[in-house]
Amino acid sequence: MTEEKKDFFVSDISLSYQYTAGNATTRFLNKVAEGKLVAQKCPKCSAVYVPPRGSCPRCGVATEEELELPDTGAVESFTIVHIPIPGNPIVPPYVSAMIRLDGADISFLHLIQEIDLADIRIGMRVQAVWKDKSDWGTTLENIKWFKPTGEDDVDPSVFKFKE
Amino acid sequence: MKDIYILAYAQNPIVADAKAANEVELIMPVVHQVFKQTGFTQNDIGFTCSGSCDYLQGAAFAFVEGLSAIQTNPPIKESHVEMDAAWALYESILKIQMGDAETALIYGFGKSSPGDLPFVSTLQTDPYYMSPLWPDKTSLAALQAQLLMKKGLLTKKDMYEALTQSISNAKNNPNALVTAMPSEDDYLTADYLSSPLSAFDCAPISDGASAMIIGTEEAAAKLGLQKIKISSVHHSIETSNFGARDLSTSESIIGLGKKINLKSFELDFAELHTQFTYEIPFIRGLLDLGNIDINLSGGPLAGNVMMAAGLDSIGKSFELLKNNDFNNGLAHASSGPCLQQNMLVHLEKIND
Repeated sequence: MTEEKKDFFVSDISLSYQYTAGNATTRFLNKVAEGKLVAQKCPKCSAVYVPPRGSCPRCGVATEEELELPDTGAVESFTIVHIPIPGNPIVPPYVSAMIRLDGADISFLHLIQEIDLADIRIGMRVQAVWKDKSDWGTTLENIKWFKPTGEDDVDPSVFKFKE
Repeated sequence: MKDIYILAYAQNPIVADAKAANEVELIMPVVHQVFKQTGFTQNDIGFTCSGSCDYLQGAAFAFVEGLSAIQTNPPIKESHVEMDAAWALYESILKIQMGDAETALIYGFGKSSPGDLPFVSTLQTDPYYMSPLWPDKTSLAALQAQLLMKKGLLTKKDMYEALTQSISNAKNNPNALVTAMPSEDDYLTADYLSSPLSAFDCAPISDGASAMIIGTEEAAAKLGLQKIKISSVHHSIETSNFGARDLSTSESIIGLGKKINLKSFELDFAELHTQFTYEIPFIRGLLDLGNIDINLSGGPLAGNVMMAAGLDSIGKSFELLKNNDFNNGLAHASSGPCLQQNMLVHLEKIND
């Protein structure tokens, strides 16, 4: 076997990090581990953030005041995913939605299941379906998905960010 | 050219590990402090510019989240440099000179504790020929120190003196991270990380943030504060191929010394962005600083927040001029391996 001439080599780029969520988000995640969704409120504009990042990005001040929100809300936006994502265990088609919890001023991404895909719509009322308590950790994955409650839809105008 | 003044500066206490605190939580206190010092709000700021490095956080576009620390409603004029915030200051100066703003808020932040900083810094090097070989920051600095020693321009004793002077100065800086003084014996017998550099020769891994507000003559006059003027600021960069550089000197630093006309005023002190002990005697020689006090704040050897430490040498110079009987200060910022890119700033106290 003749030695292959090499005029290149592969150099992998890999760096390890100890990810830190932030003091505010850490407090939020510790509550999530107890099955509670604890939002934070801006002392200036009263906007309620969940998950909280510790600051109101509109006013540039810390959001210290905490308040527990219910695990119910409404669909602010959604998409139906048909293409599988490598490494993602969820089998398409499924609904990925922005959920606005009752009392919150921002939404977060989560799944909606226990629904006929044709029925999903903006304004639909939903509630969290939690994993078994023994499986809870410091992650929003404690909520398996959201499911429709069957209540009347909310008017999409409620999603407008309050001035 | 407009006269531009530093109006306020604040620095978080430098810590080795900010623990759970994220960048936004590090930035907010310093931004609030510079607003408090000036009485300004974000509405009084014409331009906002930050300096940070996404590789420190290990997340693409991490700098965008940093913006959550400041008020962005109503919308603001904003920019970012993937560099030390000293260059965010430079961009802000250009903005003001062009007439686009009267005032600017600058902030720099870095949390080095989550990653392996010497290797994170490797990604500052040329991505085709250099970074695939993974030369770490300490080893590259050691190359330069070795060369200086070989040429008879540097001794271990020079390095130890630079360290002890920095640490002893750091005792006056409440935000400093390192204040413990090693004995000469401990220093000389310490294991090398990369010969001739031991851990004592390297600035400590640090987390923190700093902020500054600058403004035009009109903005400064309104505040009625002691006027500290940015009389001259220049930066220059050498090739990213450090094999093509003479590492025993620095064209960049020598050239900048001439550009800011270092010999034309009576210098009281210099704050240098020196992340390794050898860089202090090295730059002292390059700029012919004689017996001028260097790093009265303790400098980066006493606390080195990546992407803020360059801005800190300018901010610390501002504080030294404000609080002492000094008239002229020199601040230095650097970027890249072996002092590849440098900035020199001449700060002057204006007595009305």
